[in-house]
Amino acid sequence: MDNTAGKVRPHTVYFFGTCVVDLFFPGAGMAGINLLKEQGLKVIFPQGQSCCGQPAFNSGYMDEARSVAWAQVKLFPKDYPVILPSGSCAGMMKKHYPSLFRGTPQQAKAEDFSGRVYELTQFLVDILDIKLKDLGTPTKVTWHPSCHSQREMGVLDQPKSLLRQLANVEYVELPRERECCGFGGTFAVRQPEISAAMVTDKIDAVASTKADTVISGDCGCLLNIGGALEKAQQAARPKHIAEFLWERTHGHS
Amino acid sequence: MDTADFQDSARTALGDPQLRSNFRRAMDGLMAKRAAMFPDRDEWTRLRSLGAAVRARSLLNLPHLLEKLEERLTANGIHVHWAETVDQGNAIFKEILAQHDAKHVVKGKSMVSEEMHLNHALEEVGIEIIEADLGEYIIQLDHETPSHIIMPAIHKNKEQIARLFSQKIKDAAYTEDVDHLTGMARQVLRKKFANADAGVSGVNVAVAETGTLVLVENEGNGRMCTTVPKLHIAVMGIEKVVERLEEVPPILQLLTRSATGQPITTYVNMISSPRKADEKDGPEEIHLVLLDNGRSRVYSDPELRNTLRCIRCGACMNHCPVYTRVGGHAYPGVYPGPIGKILTPQILGLDVAGDLPHGSSLCNACVEVCPVEIPIAALLVRLRREAVGNGAKALKSAIPPKGAGQHRSRVESWVWWGWALAYRVPWIYRLTGLMLSRFGGLMPATIPLLKEWTSVRSKPRFASRTLHEMASSQEVPND
Repeated sequence: MDNTAGKVRPHTVYFFGTCVVDLFFPGAGMAGINLLKEQGLKVIFPQGQSCCGQPAFNSGYMDEARSVAWAQVKLFPKDYPVILPSGSCAGMMKKHYPSLFRGTPQQAKAEDFSGRVYELTQFLVDILDIKLKDLGTPTKVTWHPSCHSQREMGVLDQPKSLLRQLANVEYVELPRERECCGFGGTFAVRQPEISAAMVTDKIDAVASTKADTVISGDCGCLLNIGGALEKAQQAARPKHIAEFLWERTHGHS
Repeated sequence: MDTADFQDSARTALGDPQLRSNFRRAMDGLMAKRAAMFPDRDEWTRLRSLGAAVRARSLLNLPHLLEKLEERLTANGIHVHWAETVDQGNAIFKEILAQHDAKHVVKGKSMVSEEMHLNHALEEVGIEIIEADLGEYIIQLDHETPSHIIMPAIHKNKEQIARLFSQKIKDAAYTEDVDHLTGMARQVLRKKFANADAGVSGVNVAVAETGTLVLVENEGNGRMCTTVPKLHIAVMGIEKVVERLEEVPPILQLLTRSATGQPITTYVNMISSPRKADEKDGPEEIHLVLLDNGRSRVYSDPELRNTLRCIRCGACMNHCPVYTRVGGHAYPGVYPGPIGKILTPQILGLDVAGDLPHGSSLCNACVEVCPVEIPIAALLVRLRREAVGNGAKALKSAIPPKGAGQHRSRVESWVWWGWALAYRVPWIYRLTGLMLSRFGGLMPATIPLLKEWTSVRSKPRFASRTLHEMASSQEVPND
């Protein structure tokens, strides 16, 4: 778990955008890349990348998940950290690749890869010790920690510490913040009623904070919470933390 | 109920606002109580590692420990019976009770007896069996099954219980006063204890080296069941054994803190023999029924075996966002919540309950609180895989779970095959991304999956350009 011990600041990092960011929130991906570049790092985005394989893995299609996962691992051969703007996909690559590849010829390479995986805010705080200067207008936000970010990657405090660095941002803790929003990948469509009940409670919690923006580090959650907020005609808007930080530090909001 | 479709029953439960508020309130309370018991993270981690190690080691030696347990119990004068199936277990009960001409039985709380549908089996042969645990007594009055493994009547609030008692207990006046309600049940149960021919109980932990049955409870009814009647029959799943007496304290500490937020229960019963010549109370005869009911098959797989570590604290359900919303009756089988989602499909078979492991968002809240470190989420994924018979040959288990591969559908297999192809071959993926970003918005919200999604959410909007395109146009290096 603790690959942050040495705090060695690398000069080059890989960026794995994730498929949800690619199709729905590319701005979050670019913001992540730009935040890293601004810290003086060279960021590599292998164009052959697609998905971590989690949808198939969680559905029980391990062979299919492994074939897609291996196609990713091959694209990140050098000893650079791999940064993801997602706790869930990072959790898949860090925590589940070792078991996914156990007993296969790719095991050693997959394990080496897993050891280099970081969630974006974890990397920004624990490795880069990033300092942010807020250029935005006053606003109120709340934070939704994704389940895999907090429970698989152990990332809970880092994003909040980033938000607290922003002078004009009032951060309000979400009631029952650690409870799942009901996304769960295929869960949202396999168990639509239960998922709906969960996301409905989540947007009620968001509304109770009176925040302008609900921020998360996972675009699956944002797709879910944002979609529910919009359908319920709630004022709060979803935003990925990378995009939020980039905008705040460049006076775009 | 065993084969009920989880999704259907969950839907019904979700539409019941009373039930939802009962569960929400109760689970919030239980989570807070548990959290207060483990204020120190290091202490929790240490105790939990110890508990997990005790359970893992016990399972590793299970066959040996069971033999030792039988040997010690027999030497102590406790009769041991082995039941491979539920029917065998019930037959053993009927036989022992018939030998003693026992017609009136009192029972302490036992989930294994629920698993056996023991009450029903005994009532069929004219034996009265009364639940002596208050929660169990409440649901027995209402002809219900437990909705929680620790608090079986948690789905009912005070008003509902008041109404039930006023209808079902003779001469009972309607009252919502909790002490009064408890008093009413006590009145009824005291008479039953005094007149019972036999007492039945479960077992929380059995100790092999001493031949001891450990039972924890708060009401004293358990001790009444195991000491007042002349005959005591205990029943337990074969997995609940530990080797040494010194392994009991960490298990009990974890159990009561995780379950009800108590450092210890009001009663801790340790039963090692029937009444001895110089003793004034206790049963004259004690029997232990050891139930397998599919556990040996679970045991045969090293990964799935972890299911059997469970000490039945219920913390997984207390913290489960799904259980909190649908309640225990929505689940098929007798064990609800996350533990039920991994145990029930293995006992009933994946052919019958193969959908159950999908009733989870894999949020890992259960994994976080499990006092014996059962990797519930990983086992859910494993069972999803076993249900569709997927996985490399090297990973296939020698004895697959019951009903493995029965959920394999050709359509779903093709979908994932196609998915893997598209996500494995970069040009297909890029092309798909381009198409979706340009034309994805044209998809009608009525198509499958999107229809479910849009029930409470707006249609997801594809970005006009993919991250791949943006990275490329902003000259982010490719390698």
